[in-house]
Amino acid sequence: MTQKTPLYGLHERLGAKLIDFSGYLMPLHYGSQLDEHHHVRRGVGIFDVSHMGIVDIEGEDAGALLRRLLANDVAKLRNPGRALYSCLLNPAGGVLDDLIVYYREPGRYRLVLNASRKEADTDWMRSEVRTLRVRFEPRADLGLLALQGPGAQEALKIVFTPGFAERLAALKPFAFLENEEGFVARTGYTGEDGFEIALPQARLTQAFSAWVDAGVPPIGLGARDTLRLEAGLNLYGQDMDETTSPLESNLAWTVAWDPAERDFIGRKALEQERQRGVTRLLTGVVLAGPGVLRSHQELREGERNIGLITSGSFAPTLGFSIGLARVQEPRPAHAKVVIRDRALEVRWQPPPFVKQGRVLVPRAD
Amino acid sequence: MNKLSKDLRYTESHEWVRRDSEQEITIGITDHAQEALGDLVYAEIYPVGKRLDAGDVCAVVESVKAASDIYTPLAGTVAAGNPVLAKSPEIINRDPYGEGWLLKVKTAHPVDLSGLLDAAGYERMLAEAH
Repeated sequence: MTQKTPLYGLHERLGAKLIDFSGYLMPLHYGSQLDEHHHVRRGVGIFDVSHMGIVDIEGEDAGALLRRLLANDVAKLRNPGRALYSCLLNPAGGVLDDLIVYYREPGRYRLVLNASRKEADTDWMRSEVRTLRVRFEPRADLGLLALQGPGAQEALKIVFTPGFAERLAALKPFAFLENEEGFVARTGYTGEDGFEIALPQARLTQAFSAWVDAGVPPIGLGARDTLRLEAGLNLYGQDMDETTSPLESNLAWTVAWDPAERDFIGRKALEQERQRGVTRLLTGVVLAGPGVLRSHQELREGERNIGLITSGSFAPTLGFSIGLARVQEPRPAHAKVVIRDRALEVRWQPPPFVKQGRVLVPRAD
Repeated sequence: MNKLSKDLRYTESHEWVRRDSEQEITIGITDHAQEALGDLVYAEIYPVGKRLDAGDVCAVVESVKAASDIYTPLAGTVAAGNPVLAKSPEIINRDPYGEGWLLKVKTAHPVDLSGLLDAAGYERMLAEAH
């Protein structure tokens, strides 16, 4: 069954091309995916990401449960108002989901989960509760917007009171504030400055409309994908899943090994993998010539298969194609990608490809 | 509403075809096709001289999101590719029936487009698909 976000009617009126994404009818673009991409890199844009799951975990053992469930350590969040990115792992070290956890106050946390994983994640987390004193509250009553781009800070004033907008503008990355105006974090999935904003449904529609009416363009999931790919950010289900570990998904930095006695789920498997060394690793790829990298294309050294493209696209900021690929370690200096029976030279390029409007890739020619 | 040209013939796979001379046709994609594909970023036209059977792939166009094969309805050889496409594939979005043509095919036999859809037939097909 296909679901709709509270903004569905607005998307239709704005002329969105709507597609099924993780069971939700979501805007792919509102006319031009390329233009939308550039708006976010150069100015600002507003995304409806209400398909994502928001779950509040509360109770005196909420912190203890999350320290068991997450590969990153919520104990790093010394003060309320800070958030961190983490993987949720299975016992084999495979990635069940990637998420952001927000520390609201002692015993109160909020998780934002991928749309496709929210039910499975919640079932999994509940199964680990046992005797701990925690409550789960899925927040279907809240919608989520992302205001992204170098102009995001300025655009806060369109919706929020001057006082709140000023306090939001002072937030550091991965910090957040909440009050009756909303729950607003300095996070995003575009490689640009920006904010993610959780609001109750009525207020969600009002805020989205206010931004659009003030000239902040709505941005679809198409541009969201090319923006995140240029930013070198993984997409769950494509660049990583239950069969890949964070270590081989470029996310070793999100695994909190210290303190050694914290026994998070998947730790043993990851420690073994770390000792052995990973046998394959997610890396960035640039296609030197014309053509477009796509997921599932094969990478070769000579006749030997050495990996697969997991995400590939034309990169609008760069004007050529880039991708993420899972490649055997150690990887050869030279490799080719097979596109429709032709083998084309690729270059390795550690992600990100673009960060805060800056191109980090030497031109492909 | 999709723009259609009365002078062209159409395929069920959303190419348009124009008879240029006794033994040459031009092939492009329809307005409906460019809109469905979204922003086009790359077009690969098969090399001049490449022999094609009717129904063979003769080009590939890629939008940001997906690649799409283009088929020739008539047998022949590739006579020319649109030289503008290498630098400006977005011309296909802007002017699919004009500047955004894809390739010309020198046909193996005198051009006969009677097996293809006319504008009304293509329009009907689109309407039925919805």
